[in-house]
Amino acid sequence: MGYAAGTLPEAFNLVVATHISMCDSCRAALSAYDAVGGEVMLDAEPIAMAEDALAATMALIANAPSVDAMPKPPLRNGIFPAPLHDYVDGDLVSVKWRRVGGGVSQMILQTSNDASVRLLRIPAGTAVPDHGHGGMELTLVLQGAFVDETDRFGTGDVEVANEDMNHTPVAEAGMDCICLAATDAPLRFTGILPRFAQRFVGI
Amino acid sequence: MLLETPTPPKADAPPAVPPYKGQDVRAFYKTGARRVTGEQSTKRMAWVVQVTAVRDHQDKAAFAELFAYFAPRVKSFLMKSGASPDMAEECTQEVMATLWNKAKMFDPTKASVSTWIFTIARNRKIDILRKQRRPEPEDLPWGPEAEPDQSEAIVLQQETEKLGQALAALPSEQRKLIERAYYGELSHSEIAAETGLPLGTIKSRIRLALDRLRHAMK
Repeated sequence: MGYAAGTLPEAFNLVVATHISMCDSCRAALSAYDAVGGEVMLDAEPIAMAEDALAATMALIANAPSVDAMPKPPLRNGIFPAPLHDYVDGDLVSVKWRRVGGGVSQMILQTSNDASVRLLRIPAGTAVPDHGHGGMELTLVLQGAFVDETDRFGTGDVEVANEDMNHTPVAEAGMDCICLAATDAPLRFTGILPRFAQRFVGI
Repeated sequence: MLLETPTPPKADAPPAVPPYKGQDVRAFYKTGARRVTGEQSTKRMAWVVQVTAVRDHQDKAAFAELFAYFAPRVKSFLMKSGASPDMAEECTQEVMATLWNKAKMFDPTKASVSTWIFTIARNRKIDILRKQRRPEPEDLPWGPEAEPDQSEAIVLQQETEKLGQALAALPSEQRKLIERAYYGELSHSEIAAETGLPLGTIKSRIRLALDRLRHAMK
C-alpha cells in the first residue's frame, strides 16, 4: 500500500516496482490499492480552482508534446526488468561489482537518502555474513535462490525482514544468487571482520 | 501492434483508434452487459464515456465536465498531502492536462477513471513534493486493448463503486487511518496492508485479466 500511496523511500519503491514487473499477483494488488487511493481522493472536499483554471489547462495542453500511445517494449536484454535496468543503466553485464568480503559483491544504486538499495551477488553455496537490521529490509531475488532460517526464496520472491531478524541467508548451489536489497538502516554485520570492512565499504 | 520482442507480434491492430462503441451511456446497457443500477454507477460510466470522447474526438465539452468534477478534488487531495494552495492549483492543472494527453492510455477494464486520475496525481505529487524519481513497474508488453470489453469495463467500474462505499462505511478511525496513509502522513512501518476493505474482488478480476492476456499473447 505504501507504494500505491507514494510514501515509500525511493530505494524501496525500486524493489517493489521491480518485483511487480515479475509478479502478476502483486500487479493486480497494486491496482486494488490504486483504486483505494482513487476513492480516498474522491472523498476529499472539493476546493475551488482558479477562475481561469480551465483555460490555463487548455493552454498547457496545446503546448505539450504529443504522447506516444503505444508503450515502449520493455528493455529486456537480460534479467533486469525495466525499472532496474534504468537505475543500473544496463543489465547484469553492466553492473560494476565491488567486493565486500566473504565472496559477496555489491553495487550500490543511487536513490534518495532516506534508504539505500544495492545489487548483491552471492556465490553459490555462500552465506551472507550474519547481520542484524536497524530497520526494514526488502530483498528481491533476480537470479538463483537463497535459503534463510525460515524459507527458500527463488527468482521473483521478496523477503521482508524487520529489525528483529538476525539472519544468515545462504545462496543455493548451482549458480550465483543475484539480489536487489533495500534497507532503511545501515546493515550491521555482527562478525568482527565484516564490521571492520563495513566502515570502508559504506554498508 | 508492432513490437520488437522475441515473441511473435499479435494480430496487428493499427495504432489509429477505432470508433468506440457508443458515445451514449445508455448504449452500454444495450450491449447485453449486466444491468447497471444506481446513480453512482451511472456517474462512473459517464466518466468513462467522457474520457473516451476526449481520446477519440478531443471533445472539449467532455473535458470541461471532467475538469469541473475532478479538478477540485485533485486540488483538495494535493493540499491534504501537504501542497500549498498555489502549488496545488498549478499541479492540478498539470494533472488534468496529462489526463487529456494520455487519454489513449486509459483502460476502463483495468481501472475506474477516479483510480487513473489518482495515479496521475500521485505521480505528480511525488515529483513535486518529494522531488523524487519514482520507479514504475515495467509496462506490460501489450497496450490498452483497442476495443475494451464493455461488460468488463462496467463490472470494474461497479467494483470500484462498491469499494468507495465500503470505504465510506468503515469505522471512522479506520477510514481516517487509510486517508492518512494516502496523504503521505504514515511511515511505511505504520502502514498496514490490512485495510478492512473488500480488495479481493478487484485483485482477482485484474489477475484473471492479466492471465487471460498473457495466455492470448503466447
